[in-house]
Amino acid sequence: MQKELTADAVLITNYIRGNEGALETLIIRHKQKIYSFIYSKVYNRDIAEDIFQDTFIKVINTLKMGNYNEEGKFIPWVMRIAHNLVIDHFRKNNRMPKFDNSGEFSIFSVLSDSSLNAEKQIIKSQVESDVRRLIDELPEDQKEVILMRMYNDMSFKEISDKTGVSINTALGRMRYALINMRKIIEKNNMVLTN
Amino acid sequence: MAKLYSKTTSQINLNPKKETLKFLLDYSKALHIVNCNNEKFKISIN
Repeated sequence: MQKELTADAVLITNYIRGNEGALETLIIRHKQKIYSFIYSKVYNRDIAEDIFQDTFIKVINTLKMGNYNEEGKFIPWVMRIAHNLVIDHFRKNNRMPKFDNSGEFSIFSVLSDSSLNAEKQIIKSQVESDVRRLIDELPEDQKEVILMRMYNDMSFKEISDKTGVSINTALGRMRYALINMRKIIEKNNMVLTN
Repeated sequence: MAKLYSKTTSQINLNPKKETLKFLLDYSKALHIVNCNNEKFKISIN
């Protein structure tokens, strides 16, 4: 038992240092236990698949961000993430109306789902969060204009009145804010697209 | 019927699809963390 825990810890360290193969070993080692646990709660292969995927996306993000504290408890930690996502699933499911498509005609054959799927939603929220943090790095006067224009949808006339500067100054601050944001994006090869 | 009901979930070998595992490994390979002014940014390189 102790040997396996130590091996997990070593794999995690290797993965954090850039060895992608270590993640594969970890997933293969524990996939059945985690997937079976999720399935035993939701009894649906597709939903179990989604929750399993979301669980490991959280695991990967946490490990790569350096926010994981190794205490030899990798599996209990992953199971807790999976458990929380199962609870989220049931909470969301209770709020949503269900459609029982038991007949031969499928309503979904004529309806298309134009909303974002789970993957795109994750990407969208990550991009929005990154942009928000980029804005936080700007000088205060530029940040103020960006927030008023892009988030509060104010006109440059309104921004000018509120901040007590001329419209041209407000326009200039907006321009420099965008230039500075582009610089940070280019410098770090950031991709902010959905 | 007895055979059906005697099989518990833990006895069934349940595994995620290969596509799911591949997606996770590809996601991990594409994900890079960039430190910028003490802030960490997630970048997905396709």
